[in-house]
Amino acid sequence: MTTTFMMFLLILGCAFVTWLPRVIPFILVRTIELPKVVLRWLQFIPVCILSALVFQSLFNTEGKFVTLHWESTIAFVPTLFIALWTKSLSKTVVAGVFTVAVLRNFF
Amino acid sequence: MTTEIKEVKDIPKTATEDSFIQGMKDCIPTLLGYISIGFAFGVVGIASNLSILEIFLLSALVYAGSAQFIFAGLYVAGAPMSVIIITTFIVNLRHFLMSLTVAPYFTRYSTLRNVGFGSLMTDETFGVAVTKAGKEKQLGGRWMDGLNLTAYLTWIASCVVGGLVGNWIPNPERWGLDYALVAMFIALLVLNLANASKNKLMHYIKLIGCVFGILYILSYFMPSHLAVLITTIIVATIGVITEK
Repeated sequence: MTTTFMMFLLILGCAFVTWLPRVIPFILVRTIELPKVVLRWLQFIPVCILSALVFQSLFNTEGKFVTLHWESTIAFVPTLFIALWTKSLSKTVVAGVFTVAVLRNFF
Repeated sequence: MTTEIKEVKDIPKTATEDSFIQGMKDCIPTLLGYISIGFAFGVVGIASNLSILEIFLLSALVYAGSAQFIFAGLYVAGAPMSVIIITTFIVNLRHFLMSLTVAPYFTRYSTLRNVGFGSLMTDETFGVAVTKAGKEKQLGGRWMDGLNLTAYLTWIASCVVGGLVGNWIPNPERWGLDYALVAMFIALLVLNLANASKNKLMHYIKLIGCVFGILYILSYFMPSHLAVLITTIIVATIGVITEK
């Protein structure tokens, strides 16, 4: 249950740089009114960022070529199906975890 | 109380009341993700020679899954402080876009409360919040606090528990728990698309195709977290230009 002063400073430094980008927009939108085009742009952020995060998890960037990570890609299919079918966050998470556990234990 | 919950479940299209408890409830589906990833971080943290106190401090102060894993990886590899801090910054820069997307819903609240909403912004709370905003066109502060605090406390507890029992569980990946995060992103993406009208849906699907292509290309040139950020900026811009 210990830490060093340097380690504490390092964690504080990391905390500060993760805190800034989270908080600045909340202050910003109170002081200046965002132009209409920026608001339109922001409408596209959820779908873009969520799909980018999904695809990022499918890509394997370790080798010379960027390929699809087979396990994540195979698990993607039933997980997407359950998401479309149930429209439920928790059921999708359980289905995804279950599929990967099956893949890792039986194949 | 019970009848209210029932109504919320049965008629999802109407705006729900701004309540802390409802925020907590809306957080529940994401908890498996926090618990499994936080737990895994605790295990990895111990394996990377971090103490329980350090695991606690990281989860309470940095509060970002991917950044914490990268922190542990760089630390155990003996990277200099500056590299660890800069990498952490880049990995979490996407939160800027997330906060910018959610912040306009909260301008009626005080600066202090806005700092509170922003400080606890994560991928998952962002996903839940924009899904609700897409459906109801508004967000409440108490609801957001309920969502945020539930996620925050669950995350810290899971990281610490993972650190405490980490020595006895050598291979948590075997149970596929790390995939909880990906599955959550898939579900949140689908839920966001489900809110769109038919015309918009076609537009979104084309944009998702762009995301795939651009992310693939950028993955050759830069770390994946930076690729996610730049892809999002490019494709959202394409979205505005091609919007009818």
